[in-house]
Amino acid sequence: MAFSTSRFLAILMKEFIQMRRDRMTFAMMIAIPIMQLMLFGFAINSDPRHLPTLVEVHDSGPFVRRFLAAMETSTYFDIRGTVAGSRDVDRVLKAGNANFVVTIPENFERDIIRGEKPVLLVAADASDPSTSGSATSALSVLAQNTINSLATGPLSYLASTPDAFSVVAHARYNPAAITSYNIVPGLLAVIISMTMVMITAIAIVRESERGTMETLLATPARAPEVMLGKIIPYVFIGYVQTCVFFILAFWVFAVPFAGPITPFIIGLNIFIIVNLALGFLFSTIAGNQMQAMQMSFFYMLPSILLSGFMFPFAAMPGWAQTIGLVIPSTHFMRILRKIMLKGADLPDIVPDLRALLIILAAVSILAMLRYKRTLD
Amino acid sequence: MTQETATPVIEVEGLVKKFGDKTVVDQFDINVPKGAIYGFLGPNGSGKTTTIRMLCGLLTPDAGSGRCLGYDILRQSDNIKEHVGYMTQKFSLYEDLTIRENLDFMARMYRVPDRKQKVDKALEELGLANRSHQQAGELSGGWKQRLALAACLLHGPDLLLLDEPTAGVDPKARRDFWDEIRRLSDAGVTVLVSTHYMDEAIQCDNIAYIAYGKKLIDGPARKIPEMVGLNTWRVEGPDLANLAADLEGSDGIEQVARFGSALHISGMDAKKLDNAVNPFRKDKRYTWTSKPAGLEEVFIHLMSGSTDNFAEKKAA
Repeated sequence: MAFSTSRFLAILMKEFIQMRRDRMTFAMMIAIPIMQLMLFGFAINSDPRHLPTLVEVHDSGPFVRRFLAAMETSTYFDIRGTVAGSRDVDRVLKAGNANFVVTIPENFERDIIRGEKPVLLVAADASDPSTSGSATSALSVLAQNTINSLATGPLSYLASTPDAFSVVAHARYNPAAITSYNIVPGLLAVIISMTMVMITAIAIVRESERGTMETLLATPARAPEVMLGKIIPYVFIGYVQTCVFFILAFWVFAVPFAGPITPFIIGLNIFIIVNLALGFLFSTIAGNQMQAMQMSFFYMLPSILLSGFMFPFAAMPGWAQTIGLVIPSTHFMRILRKIMLKGADLPDIVPDLRALLIILAAVSILAMLRYKRTLD
Repeated sequence: MTQETATPVIEVEGLVKKFGDKTVVDQFDINVPKGAIYGFLGPNGSGKTTTIRMLCGLLTPDAGSGRCLGYDILRQSDNIKEHVGYMTQKFSLYEDLTIRENLDFMARMYRVPDRKQKVDKALEELGLANRSHQQAGELSGGWKQRLALAACLLHGPDLLLLDEPTAGVDPKARRDFWDEIRRLSDAGVTVLVSTHYMDEAIQCDNIAYIAYGKKLIDGPARKIPEMVGLNTWRVEGPDLANLAADLEGSDGIEQVARFGSALHISGMDAKKLDNAVNPFRKDKRYTWTSKPAGLEEVFIHLMSGSTDNFAEKKAA
């Protein structure tokens, strides 16, 4: 009464045939990675540039001109014009006409030359912190650059004046601060978990809904035969998605792949299987395809928000990190970024692989226990 | 029970199944001898499907015990499944698989030796050999039923459990289906079949009548009317509708049923029934004959007499 390869193969082949006939689902599986890459890679940009900027000018001179020019060349700011008075500043920011307003105070030029360190006020629309963050941090650097470039001749003493606002931005692995380098590798985790969990959950619930589960249960098939036979065809879907993902990641976003391929493939396989097992578990809980779908979406939320995909993991509160650690995407996200961006090898990703395997074991055991061999 | 020449194929006692606080099957016993065609009759929702599912291990009984094909129904359902062919009430093969793929799948699930020949032979016998690449979902009701039967026969089961196999199938297809069942029974396959149709019930060797989870009667098909003891008058003539209205409700008449161009008037007490009928017999337009009750009258009688135990509970 042990595992029957014949029955396992029967289910496996049946799944492949059904997958091939269900063209719509198959097309979705290919379209989802393309769409997500385009949306997250292009449309959602957490390092936005060319932000509309207005200037409130109370003084002018070489420093002011040079500073404003530096702002424009930084590409963060697009200087669209001037405003008059602080009430105007409030109005344009509230209305969203500008993300930044730079106020040049009176006697700005004179105070610089006198060494009085005048304050340059920048009002930023911080309602979306990620929009203003990098641009704001660039400002102090721009100010210092402006001072340095003009600190020649009689003004050379200014070069040695310490500037309290200067910030040294030191971005390792991604010196150009191209967001897509950080977002794109993580997207593979998001795409796989989104589609794999949903497709397996639905594929199994569909059997109950169509009544074919009764036939399947009336045969002597064992739980592992059904589970493996149903899961493995979708591993191949995962491979296809991964290929589509890399074609776009390399050609469109020119994302690097710094590390070796073998540890990546090991991680990928474990991650795909964890997600399929999770989908199988969901299917044992859901009563119909609609519920399976809802559960998959319910799972998507934390796996996008708490996995370190959208927000830095270390910056999350403790409870959120705890939830994040239980989510497989968190660990695969780390594997992807380590290998693709930092060139990590197998030993570096061992802790992440271990975490994935523990989750896999827990989910599989739960799924097998919950899988009912009766209609009760 | 052991005096029987062969051990019964199904031998269960006291089966109970509850869904929530509803008792769907209540203290069900049955004894099915080898090679018999055993009919399960009863109204919708009487627990026929639930009973069949418990016998093949698809549902776990809440109480009761027994053996099916010599295996314990509670602990050895895997062994039972290997030797049972189960045809579900609703078509439950894969509609998006072709006819051949479905048969092939089922043959693999039961690890049938010489799979390819068996599948080819089944297609041949079905008369579907040239349509074997058609998807099962495109088949009509009668063909689906034939395919489902062929699929559950591939592994040569010793016991066939057929759950309303002929629902929604035309008379010709039903007749062919029953010829096939009879052939299988002659070959030693035991068949347990649930049905609503009286003409099918008559084809069975034994009949168990179930209503609202309780078995009301169980015996050889021929003896059922006798066991119930129902008396019937058959009357033919004009304007039967008015006659039926006049008869209905009279003391001693429990049931007035229309059978084509005749009325069947039945009652348990022969004397009372005769007294109720006699005044009407003077009308010379009608011809009256006293006859033993048929299966159909018996079942209508049983059905109207049995109480809905779900409703009863509410009242209590």
